[in-house]
Amino acid sequence: MQTQSPFPWKQVVSAGLIGGGVAVLLSLVGIVTAFNERYIVSGLFTMGQVLFLAPALLFANSTIRRIAPQPAPKIILAGAISGLSSAVVLAILTILGNLINLRIMFVNSSPELFEMLTFGQEYTAGILILLGLGLLLGGITGGVFLLPSKIRNAVVQAAIWILMIGLLRDMIVTVSYRWGPLAAVIKYFFAVSGLTLTGTIILSLLIGGLYYWRSGKTKPSVPSAQQTPLKRLLTLAGAAAVLLLLPPVLGTYFSEILDNVGMYILMGLGLNIVVGFAGLLDLGYVAFFAIGAYTMGVLTSPELGFYNMTYWEALPFALIACVVSGAILGLPVLKMRGDYLAIVTLGFGEIVRLLALSDWLRPWLGGTQGIQRIAQPRIGPYLLESQQELYYMFLVGIGIVAFIAWRLKDSRIGRAWMALREDEDVAVAMGINHVGTKLLAFATGALFSGLAGTIFAAKLTSVYPHSMNFLVSINVLSLIIIGGMGSIPGVFVGALVLIGSPELLREFAEFRYLAYGALLVVMMLTRPEGLWPEERRRLELHEVTDPALAAISKSKAEIESPQKAG
Amino acid sequence: MLRNWTQRITLTDIIVWIIGLAILVGVVVGSITTLQIGKYSADNWIDLTISGLALGGVYALIALGYTLVYGILRMINFAHSEVFMSGPFTATFAAEALIALGLWDTHPILSFVIVLGVAALVSAVIALLLERIAYRPLRTAPRLVPLITAIGASFFLQYTFRGLYGSGLKAFPTQEILKGFWMIGTIRIFKTQAVAILGAVIMMLILYWIVQKTKLGKAMRSVSEDKEVAALMGIDVDKTIASTFAMGGVAAGVGGILYLLLFPVAHFFMGFFPGLKAFTAAVLGGIGNVPGAFLGAMLLGLLESIGPNLFLDGLGIPTPSQLKDAIAFTILVFILIFRPTGILGEKLTQAKA
Repeated sequence: MQTQSPFPWKQVVSAGLIGGGVAVLLSLVGIVTAFNERYIVSGLFTMGQVLFLAPALLFANSTIRRIAPQPAPKIILAGAISGLSSAVVLAILTILGNLINLRIMFVNSSPELFEMLTFGQEYTAGILILLGLGLLLGGITGGVFLLPSKIRNAVVQAAIWILMIGLLRDMIVTVSYRWGPLAAVIKYFFAVSGLTLTGTIILSLLIGGLYYWRSGKTKPSVPSAQQTPLKRLLTLAGAAAVLLLLPPVLGTYFSEILDNVGMYILMGLGLNIVVGFAGLLDLGYVAFFAIGAYTMGVLTSPELGFYNMTYWEALPFALIACVVSGAILGLPVLKMRGDYLAIVTLGFGEIVRLLALSDWLRPWLGGTQGIQRIAQPRIGPYLLESQQELYYMFLVGIGIVAFIAWRLKDSRIGRAWMALREDEDVAVAMGINHVGTKLLAFATGALFSGLAGTIFAAKLTSVYPHSMNFLVSINVLSLIIIGGMGSIPGVFVGALVLIGSPELLREFAEFRYLAYGALLVVMMLTRPEGLWPEERRRLELHEVTDPALAAISKSKAEIESPQKAG
Repeated sequence: MLRNWTQRITLTDIIVWIIGLAILVGVVVGSITTLQIGKYSADNWIDLTISGLALGGVYALIALGYTLVYGILRMINFAHSEVFMSGPFTATFAAEALIALGLWDTHPILSFVIVLGVAALVSAVIALLLERIAYRPLRTAPRLVPLITAIGASFFLQYTFRGLYGSGLKAFPTQEILKGFWMIGTIRIFKTQAVAILGAVIMMLILYWIVQKTKLGKAMRSVSEDKEVAALMGIDVDKTIASTFAMGGVAAGVGGILYLLLFPVAHFFMGFFPGLKAFTAAVLGGIGNVPGAFLGAMLLGLLESIGPNLFLDGLGIPTPSQLKDAIAFTILVFILIFRPTGILGEKLTQAKA
């Protein structure tokens, strides 16, 4: 029936045009040129090229999926036309850029960008290549779509992995540098930038083959349930050993990245309690981080000279200060919900920053100069001062905090938090003391964030009001949302992805908030439960991906719908 | 009655009241001492009042976008501050082009209208795109979801414009005829401030007229009452919501140009603080209420402009103007605690607020 329907020109072309628009936006924002030097496959294509061609591919793919049951030539044609329309938009940008100087307005429409868009060729030839490539890539997307699903999965996965490995080339080569014979093997795969061609072919065959082979096997259902206690203990011990050995293996530079990730994991675990468990959207979370760091600074820095405590002596005071301030923020906002709470907490965070910055409190908090010479933790004769040593501070902190969070989650308090999150009125009617419960959520969140703040202060041995800005709150919020609200493993995933990746890819660092913003929007639109969702929330948000669950909900809907009609 | 009352008061209420009273005492003591010291003359206060009114006018135009959207969708359009930023930031290029053409000072009114038009158009387009891409699919989602989307969209827009136009500051040239000041009796008023106040008032009147008197305004009000019933009455809900966003965008764009008259530098982060304060103003006046937004914005502008000198100077706090943002946020917090419905607020229930 659908085979006789006319070709959906409008749908295909408009999707292609939107894809082209996205590509143009990426080009003008400067992200394309920033990645120009980073080859994925050496000598063949760069990440920059991937960035302006990928939207065409993705949008071609999405239209094909929408018009799906069609004969093969039509699918390929649809892909090709969609790809071509995207390329046309890019070509128009190139032509415009050649005719008038766009740079007066768009700082990133540099000659370098147009050279990239024409593939370093002469003007007309370059545009033809661009159009041809759009057509070809769109067609290939259609072709890949027509493959049997097992092969298609293998191809897609191989492409994604190649992209990731190519991007992380620097890290892999730097880290594996000292691994002796293995280093030589790894080095063979990589060029000066990106993968070598042979390396790409071998790796993609390997990864594709692996996925093909794996999809052939039926997975054992719920593997973790079958594990014996001994096996679990061994895995845990193995994981612990790996975590303990990471800093010496990775070296100073990567240890610092790990420290940053660790700091955000600590904060994320705290905010996860406030936002994820209790459903209180806190946008001023950085305030507690600041209070922790500043209390540590005031109490230990000889520069201000109030008290010259050691790190460990000051720690309890800093944590108490955080808990108290958490409760103080919690008190007035008890009655607020949702949006208002978000704005008030944002205001609170800004007030704390402005006070730290003001001349008024300069004698105590150092004003714009901040506080220097903050004490670092000393264990017996050892002073933890380098990035590698402080890693263990973070590790221990995360261990304790994650354990507390994990135990809290299914405790009486944890269930009370979730009940408040779902429906406050009902929760109160069920006898939950919402004052105490909410305050406890704020205080616990503040405590964890404050702990991160104290270690941060010790790590830099200084604090400045400028490092306590709203963006920190947004980082933490983004990572718990992208990891999955309310999910403890999600915090780790989110922190690794969001905090780790901009540090590893220095070109990306400039665009991190652009990407965070886009990720938050896309995530909320398509997968609001996050990358590693909490089971309950996944069900709640009706993102039914499991076919069995889908069937259940469908039959439920069928049962319910006649009632509604009647 | 009395027993009932004592039962309802909790410990938290008492603590909140104590904090509130302490701040009030501080404000009163500070004001009295400032006035006793007499560090500032009457002229100083008048200057501060005028700049407060001008600032308030700009806040009013931004606050309108928050209020209208909140009235209809019951969500804070967190990205509205970026709607406010996008138009004026783009309009600086139009101003530059007009200078290059030599029209800027020879045809001041025409070129000012062009700049206003560019700003309003860009802001409205951004607001429409925002609504279409980010908010429309989430209308039935749990409340936290659109709010997070809005925060994400806000950052996305901020850094998109940073990427497009660069991270530097962009000067907005002042027209020759707007330089200097007018004297009204003994009161000196800068021409830019006068234009900002007048422009804001006129714009507010137009928008108020649209909301109250036109068919579109009627549709908007009915959609904000009840979307389903409005749809049954033959109102195109999607279109009405889109036009609400567009209207908020136009107001924000115009407000942005007026803001640039007062502070003639545009940059990608310029929306954040005015946006936050305009939101405060909208809450202060009663969210969902157009005259309330105007009143709240004027009040906030005045408090922000006079407040630091009046309240804090007397308490011996050095460079009090550093804390003007802190004053605005403190007002926000306490308004939300003691009177979340604002001055002219709609009767919002707890569930809505």
